[in-house]
Amino acid sequence: MSAAADSRPSGAGESTRRARLASWLDQRVGWRQLMSVALDEPIPGGTRWAYVFGSGLLFVFVNQIVTGVFLALYYVPSADHAHTTVAFIQKQVTMGSFLRSLHAYGSSVMVLLLMLHLAQTYVYGAYKGRRELLWLMGCFLLLLVMGMAFTGYLLPWDQKAYFATAVGTNIASEVPLIGGFLKLLLRGGTEMGTLTLSRFFMLHVFLIPAGIFAAVASHLFLFRKAGAAGPPRPAAELRQLPAATFFPGQVFKDFVFGIGLIVMLGALAWQRPMSLGPAANPSDATYLPRPEWYYLPVFQFIKYFHGAATVLGIVVIPGVVVLALFALPFLDRSPERRPLRRPVAVGSLLLVLAALVFLGVQSGVQDRRDPAVRAKLEAQEEAERAYAKEPFSPDENLGPSAGGGGAAAAAPASLSPDAAKGALLFESEGCSGCHGAQGHGGGGLVAIANIGKRYPPPQLTALLHAPRPDMLQGGMQPVQLKGEDMQALIAFLLAPQRDTAPPAP
Amino acid sequence: MGVLTTSNGAGGGEAPPAHHAAEAIGPLVPSTRRSFFGVLVGSISAVVGVLMAVPVIRFALDPVLHRAGGADWFALGSHGELAAAAAAQPVRAEVSFRRVDGWRATTVKQTVWVTVGAKGGLVVLSGTCPHLGCVALWHGDSGRFVCPCHNGTFDRHGEHLSGPPPRGLDPLPVKVEDGKLWVKYQYYRGLVSDREVIG
Repeated sequence: MSAAADSRPSGAGESTRRARLASWLDQRVGWRQLMSVALDEPIPGGTRWAYVFGSGLLFVFVNQIVTGVFLALYYVPSADHAHTTVAFIQKQVTMGSFLRSLHAYGSSVMVLLLMLHLAQTYVYGAYKGRRELLWLMGCFLLLLVMGMAFTGYLLPWDQKAYFATAVGTNIASEVPLIGGFLKLLLRGGTEMGTLTLSRFFMLHVFLIPAGIFAAVASHLFLFRKAGAAGPPRPAAELRQLPAATFFPGQVFKDFVFGIGLIVMLGALAWQRPMSLGPAANPSDATYLPRPEWYYLPVFQFIKYFHGAATVLGIVVIPGVVVLALFALPFLDRSPERRPLRRPVAVGSLLLVLAALVFLGVQSGVQDRRDPAVRAKLEAQEEAERAYAKEPFSPDENLGPSAGGGGAAAAAPASLSPDAAKGALLFESEGCSGCHGAQGHGGGGLVAIANIGKRYPPPQLTALLHAPRPDMLQGGMQPVQLKGEDMQALIAFLLAPQRDTAPPAP
Repeated sequence: MGVLTTSNGAGGGEAPPAHHAAEAIGPLVPSTRRSFFGVLVGSISAVVGVLMAVPVIRFALDPVLHRAGGADWFALGSHGELAAAAAAQPVRAEVSFRRVDGWRATTVKQTVWVTVGAKGGLVVLSGTCPHLGCVALWHGDSGRFVCPCHNGTFDRHGEHLSGPPPRGLDPLPVKVEDGKLWVKYQYYRGLVSDREVIG
């Protein structure tokens, strides 16, 4: 234990003291080895801008965590409050529109970067060489991030969120055998409602993020185990290439990219805040839902399948594509990594990408060609812009049970006029402060629910005028009421309705 | 296929443990350049971190920096009648007003006392005891306000007589319009001897 010796001021120069502090920490934390493992990883062939997408995803993911956690400060996941709370964030809270926009645009950037990361890994053949699990974990992360995008989209509970999710959850019912059950499970009932929102919130905020944390950790671990793949060259050639360590060159490139992304995201969120439409109105049968851009190709694809073939478009073909993606490192066993020598692999990637772009564009083109659809979509956008301009108006909860009058108003209506007056006196004299709204106590209060069974009226009156010493000790004040008022209070205390009424919450 | 392939070539390369290679190539990058990049990356992240933290902190502090607006004026009743009644003894009244509570608005009811001020004239006192916020009640027999929680007492003008409260009952802004007495309910900070409006 050299702690005392190490930290003793020595009178030596600043640098010696810092070096001592550094090794004091290192002996206890082992940070030098940690830093070496984290930063000195060799990259064959040197650093490249092509490798920045994975780190970029981590940057944007951190942005999603920070903004998401803070959005939860004001958000309420229930059908009757969700939209109001998002409008409150958007229109009222300082920086609310900015943080919400960062989060919403961030989800699009996540999907975009995932595609770039996947495409780069695919084109470079970087899934080869004992990297099957690394690739599988990446595919699993792709599904989780798409799940985040799908579940998060519903949470604002505006028109487009509601109806797009209604369509999305209907898709689940096309799955053979278990489709009906899946839809019920997702929605928490046959129809979309507040239980759907709770389920999506739980998935979006707890379950899927937990999965992402675990999968990112495994992905990084497996990546470090396998080592950086380097450029797509034959193995013999690759061995000749000079390697560079992850730090500083690649770290610098990753940082420039990651921070550039955050700055661009910030500029976008600042210049063009995310919109929020009017609150979901389930009875509006005319609303035309359109998904977010990354689900548009699937949305369009489904249009081409009718009747019994629907299951092909919704389940079978997308399922085969996703399965093929997962199975890629097992299907493609050739060690060749050069893209030009892998025409089938690279060709099918280009084909799928072209198909996705075509479908997405086609969806937009069809919407613009049909005058009725076009007019309807424009009207919906106009309604959204109009709503965005309206000032925030809070949920009105102006019922009689709000505020201080609650206890008296909650008294059973069947009380006699005398007892009803007594109920008001019970409240106004401050009795309810210690005995609860109806005298039922609860929450550390002194219950006097059955007091009528213990004392006849004259004795009760005397007791209220002059409480026993033990009652005074407990804080009971002598009741100053006289005549009719005292009679009314006694009537309330003896009222049988009060005895059977459930305790006020 | 394999990166940094070992001699067996085709069957899938195996990367050597990271630290071995690092030892081999570490000296390629001069340590001054390494620490220069370290400082650069560190400072850029610090700047971006601060830039990100500003909106996040302002977002979180919003309810602290922008408190809910005060209550509207509330008509208690005819000024003449209230003056006559208050001359005999303080009159209890309930003020109800709309209060915006974050993203919702509620009706809040508060007890006030219409009474004669120490310097004459009609005053409206907040019923909230400046000690810990219970509602002080008028006890006609003893001619004083008594807070039922900790026995603080006040005279009929609201001045502090005895018990733990640090000051008298708080007078609320009033006005007379169209022959009616209007009051604007305010919240005061408790447990301090000086009056401070907090909402």
